[in-house]
Amino acid sequence: MSEQDHDHDHPHAPITESDEPAFAVRARALEELLIEKGTIRGEDVRQGIDWLVSRSPADGARLVARAWVDPEFKRRLLADAREAALQLGLDPGPSPVVQAVENTHAIHHMVVCTLCSCYPRALLGPPPDWYKSLPYRSRAASDPRGVLTEFGVELDDDVELRVLDSTADIRYLVIPRRPPASERMSEEELAGLVTRDSMIGVAQPAAAAPAGA
Amino acid sequence: MRYRGDQRVRIAARLHEGHHRIPGYLKGKTGRVARVHGSFPNPETRAYGTDGLPRQPLYLVGFAQRDVWPDYRGPAGDRIYADVFEHWLEEA
Repeated sequence: MSEQDHDHDHPHAPITESDEPAFAVRARALEELLIEKGTIRGEDVRQGIDWLVSRSPADGARLVARAWVDPEFKRRLLADAREAALQLGLDPGPSPVVQAVENTHAIHHMVVCTLCSCYPRALLGPPPDWYKSLPYRSRAASDPRGVLTEFGVELDDDVELRVLDSTADIRYLVIPRRPPASERMSEEELAGLVTRDSMIGVAQPAAAAPAGA
Repeated sequence: MRYRGDQRVRIAARLHEGHHRIPGYLKGKTGRVARVHGSFPNPETRAYGTDGLPRQPLYLVGFAQRDVWPDYRGPAGDRIYADVFEHWLEEA
């Protein structure tokens, strides 16, 4: 059947008038139906989008930087990341459990959602497009070292690589390793080294600036 | 909670109609419970407009990558973990 002669009786805007991607057309059709059925209001969608785009990896970076300078805070972050976020005045989002995992010399974690695109959006903002892409979602599970190499991370063979497939209600946040030669940096300066990708586990944090720079 | 930490478990290999919350690549694979997360509404019934109750226990289960992917190229110590609802687990 063509897109024009589909058979239902509610009014909606023509769906063939633009060159939007098929997913965008489908999402808009779903949105119109949900509003028409009274399940959601258009305002809810706008507020949801506003919330999502107001989030940024800077929040996650604050958690990591605090954990780097304060071992007691790191212990709390690993035990209950929601509580740790609230303690810094951050919004941990609607997920019931945010689980922080720590990268060390011996263990490297990286996060994927093979089923969809689960991601700690409240603390990292919207996920990057590659995180939602089929190639990342399949290869992060089956060939994670190959993926890391493409991101510029070479792990020694004696490092245990742990892939976390985020398949349910838990959201995972990686605490990357603190960069070498960063001992003199302030917590705020350290937060500037914590990249989004390092909190997904596909990159190391930025290097510390040389002393005196 | 039917399973406890470090217990060996196998992911059920059964077919499932409709919304599915177990990655296909883990079906039939054996791993160990790494963490007991607690209980959460069941997304496989929530997907059809219900409240997802009763809550289902949820576990973090870890697998050796070489057990999951026979041609895995990395070291033997590499592991993959997934969050698995109890109704997908079997004793192993």
